[in-house]
Amino acid sequence: MRKEFSKKIEEILFTNQKSVFITGDLGFNAFERIQEVAADRFINAGVAEQNMVGVAAGLAYKGFETFTYSIAPFAVYRCFEQIKIDVCMHELPVYIVGNGGGYGYGIMGATHHAIEDIGCLSMLPNMTCWVPAFLEDVSYCLDQMISRKKPAYLRLGLGKSYPESHSISDTNFIRKGENRKITVIALGPIVHNVLEAIAGLENIDLFTIIRIPIFELDENLIKSMTETKKVIVIEEHVERGGLGEHILAKISKKRIRLDAFVNLHAKGYPSSKYGDQLFHQTESGLDPENIKKEISILFEN
Amino acid sequence: MIYKIQQKVLREKLLSLYYIANAGHIACSLSCIDLLIALFEIKNINERVILSKGHAAGALYVILNSQGEISDEILSTFYINGTKLSAHPSAKSFENIPFALGSLGHGFPIGCGIAYGNKLQKNTDNVYILMSDGETNEGTTWEAAHFATAKKLDNLFVVIDKNNLQGFGFTKDVLGDSASFLKWESLGFDVIEVDGHSVDEILVSLKKLNARKNSRPKLIIANTIKGKGVNFMENKLEWHYLPMSEDMYAEALQSLEENYYA
Repeated sequence: MRKEFSKKIEEILFTNQKSVFITGDLGFNAFERIQEVAADRFINAGVAEQNMVGVAAGLAYKGFETFTYSIAPFAVYRCFEQIKIDVCMHELPVYIVGNGGGYGYGIMGATHHAIEDIGCLSMLPNMTCWVPAFLEDVSYCLDQMISRKKPAYLRLGLGKSYPESHSISDTNFIRKGENRKITVIALGPIVHNVLEAIAGLENIDLFTIIRIPIFELDENLIKSMTETKKVIVIEEHVERGGLGEHILAKISKKRIRLDAFVNLHAKGYPSSKYGDQLFHQTESGLDPENIKKEISILFEN
Repeated sequence: MIYKIQQKVLREKLLSLYYIANAGHIACSLSCIDLLIALFEIKNINERVILSKGHAAGALYVILNSQGEISDEILSTFYINGTKLSAHPSAKSFENIPFALGSLGHGFPIGCGIAYGNKLQKNTDNVYILMSDGETNEGTTWEAAHFATAKKLDNLFVVIDKNNLQGFGFTKDVLGDSASFLKWESLGFDVIEVDGHSVDEILVSLKKLNARKNSRPKLIIANTIKGKGVNFMENKLEWHYLPMSEDMYAEALQSLEENYYA
């Protein structure tokens, strides 16, 4: 998604003279064009994420819409207090962009993974997290972030295009089951594992949610869950503060009665062994094969 | 000399504020109040003073009260449930309190952002950061310092209230002197060291630094006394925390009478 992101950012910086892009010393082979287009409005803040976010808050106070960029863990955790106080408490238009959310940086190791980012950030005041699942979602998320002019976080990963052309909103109805029995909801690019898992299966509704906290449950999603009464949420994020918990809270508020609720989520490093993104997904049961298995179990019960 | 009355009146107000509230953070407010007098005198209407050492909020509140931004009525709500004047400044209530501050090490990076924004807007406004010497322990100080010099933010003024005391000891005994002239000069700052209780001297230094268009961010090391003006509080760690009893309050006011006899 980095390509889609940098193309869109280039457009934003070119058209909006009030936008600023700050990178925490990353962007080789991706942001060179942005640097050219934005001149002084492109800042390399060095390897200093806390200062980067403070600077972004100062710029936003002066009327600039400011992006900060790093790989997801560095963009979020090191500067968490700056995001909370300097940005969120003042409702400033600072847009935190984290590349490679989840296990995106694979073999780079645990320091480079961000599997708690949505939980951490979504509880902050005035903050909205955006998690594109398909490549085309990136542009939608950025448009939403910019139009709201409030603190936002964008979690980028490795995505693919929609199978067919698709209108995009906060909740997307990706596949409709003929005689639906199960509702599957995915967060982010893990949807591609889900699509692979359910390729030969019928009677499944598949949704993605790309905005957390969830503003309002989508009507189609409510209808689907009410009918199937079986929901499975799949996310490359830990259980706490993830999409599963966010959905459950909404379900309980709406008094939707379910027979089964399953949450497949990141489990950290259960074997203390390391590998690529798919290795870690598999360790957490987020690989296509296990997703298929979990769905089959849900069909039977 | 002309500032002596102001220095005394504001101190009296500050003491009354903390006495009524039965609250601490008196000495650290007394050490920087003269700096605030100078900064609010020199800044123009669009410029901001960022009180990064948010625990000295009382000093900021009495200054803003003297300027009319905080009414007497609002000032009297200090520390009372429902107030807009928390012990550390909160966000979104007053134009001259643009940021909630109190967690140390936040003001300097924010100031860098404002200074950079002023440059992008091609205006000639400065931004003033008031921080404490203990606060320079924070790593963001050094991140921001390198940012400010690398980006040539000569519209950024950092004032360090160097009272030599921090939360649980003398700065020299805790992490050493991180507010030393040589350190800051070697980083590339345009540095002047002043008597932080001489408003005249502070003003002269601010003007001198402002006149030097040398692409270097500005830094004033203000040598101050924690608790300045109240003899029994001066250079005493405990007066970072303690509230005053009735007798102490009377003694403190008497001390001001003697020290600021005009």
